Amino acid sequence: MINWLLEPFSFTFMRIGLAAAILVSITCAALGSYVVLRRMAFIGDALAHTVLPGLVVAFLNGWNLFGGAIAAGLLTALGIGWVSRRGVVREDTAIGVLFTAMFALGILMMSRMNSFRDLSHILFGNVLGVRLGDLYITAAIAVGVLLTLALLHKELELTSYDPTYAEGIGLRADRLRTLLLILLAFTVVSCIQIVGVVLTSALLVTPAAAAALLTNRLPRMMVLAAIIAISSSIIGLYASYYANVASGAAIVLACTGSFFLAWVFHMLRTRVVRV
Amino acid sequence: MAFTYSGRHHVHPIADAMALELEQLVVNYPGSPEPALDHVSLKIASGLRVALVGANGSGKSTLLKTVAGLLHPQAGTIRIYGHPVGACHHRVTYLPQRGDVDWRFPVSVKQMVLAGRYVHLGWLRRTGPNDRAMVMQVLERLGLEELAERQISQLSGGQQQRALLARALVQEADLLLLDEPLSAVDAPSRAIIAGVLADLRRENRTALVATHHLDRLDDEFDRVISLENGSLQTDRVIEETGRRLAPAKAPRYDQLATRTI
Repeated sequence: MINWLLEPFSFTFMRIGLAAAILVSITCAALGSYVVLRRMAFIGDALAHTVLPGLVVAFLNGWNLFGGAIAAGLLTALGIGWVSRRGVVREDTAIGVLFTAMFALGILMMSRMNSFRDLSHILFGNVLGVRLGDLYITAAIAVGVLLTLALLHKELELTSYDPTYAEGIGLRADRLRTLLLILLAFTVVSCIQIVGVVLTSALLVTPAAAAALLTNRLPRMMVLAAIIAISSSIIGLYASYYANVASGAAIVLACTGSFFLAWVFHMLRTRVVRV
Repeated sequence: MAFTYSGRHHVHPIADAMALELEQLVVNYPGSPEPALDHVSLKIASGLRVALVGANGSGKSTLLKTVAGLLHPQAGTIRIYGHPVGACHHRVTYLPQRGDVDWRFPVSVKQMVLAGRYVHLGWLRRTGPNDRAMVMQVLERLGLEELAERQISQLSGGQQQRALLARALVQEADLLLLDEPLSAVDAPSRAIIAGVLADLRRENRTALVATHHLDRLDDEFDRVISLENGSLQTDRVIEETGRRLAPAKAPRYDQLATRTI
């Protein structure tokens, strides 16, 4: 049994993959809690998709993929902030228009390339293909995002549930929201290598949504979401090693399983209270 | 050394200044032809409980939000203890309408009330034992001490209003702008809130309260101002004995109000 558990991690790529998955899980869980509570799930999904053309341009020019993705992600994050401030088109409509356009642009550029397959791991993730250099960048993003969330916790929390009072004491709720979008752009980029563009929002939303069913305190929700995401990543890695299935999809489905368990637990508990 | 949210530091009130002084205030919402506030002038001396009444859309909330710095006037001036809006955020507190708060957010009553201390702490500083002691004291005063650890969604309407008022009190502001604090409030909550307003008066703090509840205005307030379509309609000072003065147009009674106190 021990051998069965340890065997996959005798390979360096599995160890690096595990480390990357754990780092991304923690970052996604902490930031994902805000994404869920502030109802930003759609923006999270959009950000993950709009990063695609940035990735493709970087890939074609031999640039660092992270650089291209972060540039595209930041541009989108600031663009969304700008559009929502103008208030001409409803924000979700604007996001819907922009994100499909950016994603289509990325697909168009990919289809012009000879090696369409090379980029399939961008769409669906490949945690086992993470290189040591990528791991360092992922770690830097994790530290940056978590440190920002910790230092600005009281302000981010207050603007999330009572932006009016927050504005009254001189806080700028719109700027804090833009900051969250920027953190989201960085997180999404580090997430893409694990589960890919298409499934990134699952890692942001599902563990946090599961945790929200189990507690009613934000810090506890973040910790629980991180535990759920890390366990799901490990389960997904074993599944991909032993059952030879796509790692990203396995991780996401493990998250979904955890969500279902949390939901059943929540239903049972509220039923007990009601009786 | 605190890093304040607005980047400005505390200033002292100007001696003998009114708690609030509005002069020819005009506020327009973008895209609306009619101004939400139309040349409103008003003087409120320190230590008064002032009720702001009027139909929906009469401008009560707009007035409070403009004084709180949430809306920007197109014309006119606002002086709070002699200073412009935003000169001293901790001196003014705004109690938002209940609907402005996301009550499902995972935060406890105690944590929410603690937010009243944030304006004094500014960026990066955490709440300390003194802040927490103060919160418990105020929660006790408002009869919420047993609900301190509850999540805010588990409160009744009246309890939610009391929690919002607790946060405003914890801020230790001199001018309290309360937007519909009596909506969805049961009788016991209303009695507690009225008691707090009376305490504020004794502490020489000023409360401007938008309300739809026209009963017992004379018992709970010192002055009643009514708005209609963004203009000042009547301004009535209630004497200590509770005897009513005949309603009249704003300016005359304004002067009367400042003289009687």
